[in-house]
Amino acid sequence: MSRLPRLAVPLAAFAVLAVAIVVMPAFLLGYREQQAAYVGLYTIALLGLNVLTGYTGQISLGHGAFMAVGGYTTAILMTDHGVKDIYTIPIAAVIAGGAGFLFGIPALRLSGLYLALATFAVAVATPAVIKKFEHFTGGGSGKNLFGSPELTGSLHPVHVLGHPLSFYNWLYFLVWTIALASYVAIWLFLRGRVGRALRAVRDSETAAMSSGVSLARYKTLAFGVSAAYAGVAGSLLVIVTTYVNPDTFPIGLSIFLLVGIVVGGLGSLLGMIAGGVLIEFLPFWAQDVSKSPGTPSVVYGVVLIALMFLLPSGVAGLFRRVGELRTHFKMKP
Amino acid sequence: MSPLLELVRVEARYGPVQALRGISLDVNEGEVVAILGANGAGKTTTLRAVSGTVRRSGTIRLAGKTLRGGPERAARAGIAHVPEGRGTFAELTVEENLRLGAYVRRGSIKADVDRVADWFPWLIERGNQPAGTLSGGEQQMLAVARALMSRPRLLMLDEPSLGLAPLIVREIFRIVRELNERDGLTVLVVEQDARIALDSAHRAYVLEVGEVKITGTSAELRGNESVRQSYLGY
Amino acid sequence: MASFLQQVVSGLASGGIYGSLALALVLIHRATGVINFAQGEMATFSTYILWTLTANHGWPYWPALAFTLAISFAGGVGVHQLVVRPVERGSLLRVVIVTIGLLLMLNGLVNRIWGGSQHSLYSPFPTRTIDVAGVAVSIQDIGTIGVSIGVVIVLWLFFQFTKVGLALRAAATNPAEARLIGVRVPWMLGLGWGLAAMLGAIAGALAAPSLASLDPNLMQATLIYAFAAAVLGGIDSPAGAVVGGLLLGVGLNLLGVYVDFIGAELRLPAALAVILVVLLVRPSGLFGKTVVKRV
Repeated sequence: MSRLPRLAVPLAAFAVLAVAIVVMPAFLLGYREQQAAYVGLYTIALLGLNVLTGYTGQISLGHGAFMAVGGYTTAILMTDHGVKDIYTIPIAAVIAGGAGFLFGIPALRLSGLYLALATFAVAVATPAVIKKFEHFTGGGSGKNLFGSPELTGSLHPVHVLGHPLSFYNWLYFLVWTIALASYVAIWLFLRGRVGRALRAVRDSETAAMSSGVSLARYKTLAFGVSAAYAGVAGSLLVIVTTYVNPDTFPIGLSIFLLVGIVVGGLGSLLGMIAGGVLIEFLPFWAQDVSKSPGTPSVVYGVVLIALMFLLPSGVAGLFRRVGELRTHFKMKP
Repeated sequence: MSPLLELVRVEARYGPVQALRGISLDVNEGEVVAILGANGAGKTTTLRAVSGTVRRSGTIRLAGKTLRGGPERAARAGIAHVPEGRGTFAELTVEENLRLGAYVRRGSIKADVDRVADWFPWLIERGNQPAGTLSGGEQQMLAVARALMSRPRLLMLDEPSLGLAPLIVREIFRIVRELNERDGLTVLVVEQDARIALDSAHRAYVLEVGEVKITGTSAELRGNESVRQSYLGY
Repeated sequence: MASFLQQVVSGLASGGIYGSLALALVLIHRATGVINFAQGEMATFSTYILWTLTANHGWPYWPALAFTLAISFAGGVGVHQLVVRPVERGSLLRVVIVTIGLLLMLNGLVNRIWGGSQHSLYSPFPTRTIDVAGVAVSIQDIGTIGVSIGVVIVLWLFFQFTKVGLALRAAATNPAEARLIGVRVPWMLGLGWGLAAMLGAIAGALAAPSLASLDPNLMQATLIYAFAAAVLGGIDSPAGAVVGGLLLGVGLNLLGVYVDFIGAELRLPAALAVILVVLLVRPSGLFGKTVVKRV
């Protein structure tokens, strides 16, 4: 998103994508819809993380913790306070976003590796902290949402525009509607002044400072926004899984989020979706390789390292480079 | 007798910028040769080409043998390159800097330490001081002393006068001349300050935009009209 | 009082382990500017090699340890040359992800090759306790403290008094100038990784007997404690890593015993809190130098 494109082309592309998403469930079996829902919510988290890392260059190995904040907010509100699931989503966004913003303030003092280390620390601590405050969080046994009346679609089918939707169907559309809306929100957010300021921070902090861009404001803003998105993703994760416990958000999740945006090429929606696909399906592909213990980890590790060697700018970066090649040819007389 | 160092049509570039466009020069054993020119003329790049710090094409020969590879090979071949900014290891002590100077040598370095003590007695006294706490002039002398530790066949100095007071600069060049006269050390020095360079060197090359424009003995260059106007200021 | 002393001694012993691994982290960070997230898993891998040699192949302990150290060294150099060197100059993100990929890979390999049941690692120190001023102190703990201190001294001697050690220090701080005097910098950096891997192996060999059983997640928590120790002491200070480790070991033990809220469950988060607090209040740690950001 470095040049402001004419609106027509991206709008058309977006429309095509939206149609594809709406039509997809017709081709998917029930459990595949659930998997597609997971892809969608990971994409939301990645869209947010992209603002943080792709735009302000801050590396976070801890966004799983913000997902946990969002997820537990939803679970607690639903089971302890009887709030309907969809209303918990914006609340989760605000609370997670607030946490992110607060974390972003001291994080200003850390750069590069130190920030990665600090966020890594937060993510590793999260399960233990969740277990400790068990009267809030239900401790090790977690919270079960299945069958509760606050969970839309779990007891009775949902009716949208007169059509009854199955549970997984409903979840799919819920997640992907929010995902597309999130993308539009980010797109609007990054156009204009804010986007330029964020890009300036990424490209050269010194130059940005000299031009009067308040580093502190934009960097903490980026943390807040990315955390809010992670919160929404976490909230949706809990809704789709209908269950949460301290192990729902392990350090592996944070690592995969980071990998997701690198694969996605730190840029476009398609890239983020590709990242979401990777996060959801890599564990299954790993199992296909071999069933012996430890194989999934080996596969993840090898894939990560291979990706870093082969795709320095991720999948979408590849797309962009191909795009540039084509315009180059078009301009030749 | 063939020269100690020969450069034949050497080219070098930094990305898209061509810094050297075919330089040919030589340095004979026992000589002090200066490379002069304005900023950006390619003086530093010439030294970097010799030590292999920058990728170059063309031929470079040391004592008849072609030089290839990076700085590590050049150092082993007997070239001591004192870069711009001295290149001292600021966090290490003076003594450690000197020990590192002898890295490529095998066997005892005691004789070399004695030699350095002879030339720079004050350095030995300050052995345990972190090199970064020395003044600019002292660091420059430390850099030369460190170069001596390796018993180089060729000493290359890049802008030794940079950032130093005139008095100190004169002192450094005096030492360089003495090293050349007493010990026969061959020196290739890049300098912005043409006057002091010509006072200390036997011959010089004037570079402009990556090429050798003029060459000759110091006396010849001092008498040259354009050199006087552009570089000597009179 | 007796209990306090016991906690201090056992804290020093675990602190010695944390410090050894922290030393490895500091070594790598000083030499190549990388925080090696895989250091713990490398150590675990080495420890399993030691176990296999002694338990499965009947090697006597000391030759097995020597061999393990040699393999660990080679492994460290190999990892650096093959996996890290190609990416170490580029984007920070890439390097971080590569070391994390390494972490995952090694963890998986350990599980694949040796996973499943728990094993126990032989320790050269007897498991009895001795009486020191009325306090029962474990010989294992004393041995651990001794080895840790010994390793630090050997390393210090290596860096201060040997040619290679000096060259490594030069390569770590000024690689360009080091090349000019003939130091083969990439090899020096590889050497750094090899040494760090050996330190990790030692940390693992000390940790396994203390934890009573050897399992694939042996060094995961230890890695976090090592990070905390390194950050506390100053991520570029070897002395800091060791002191940080000892302080952390004792501190966590005492906190765990005397502060109910923390107890045993929040030991890890407490260490992580140390990381956060230090990074925010004094990022250069106890012994590090504050880096001035030059504009």
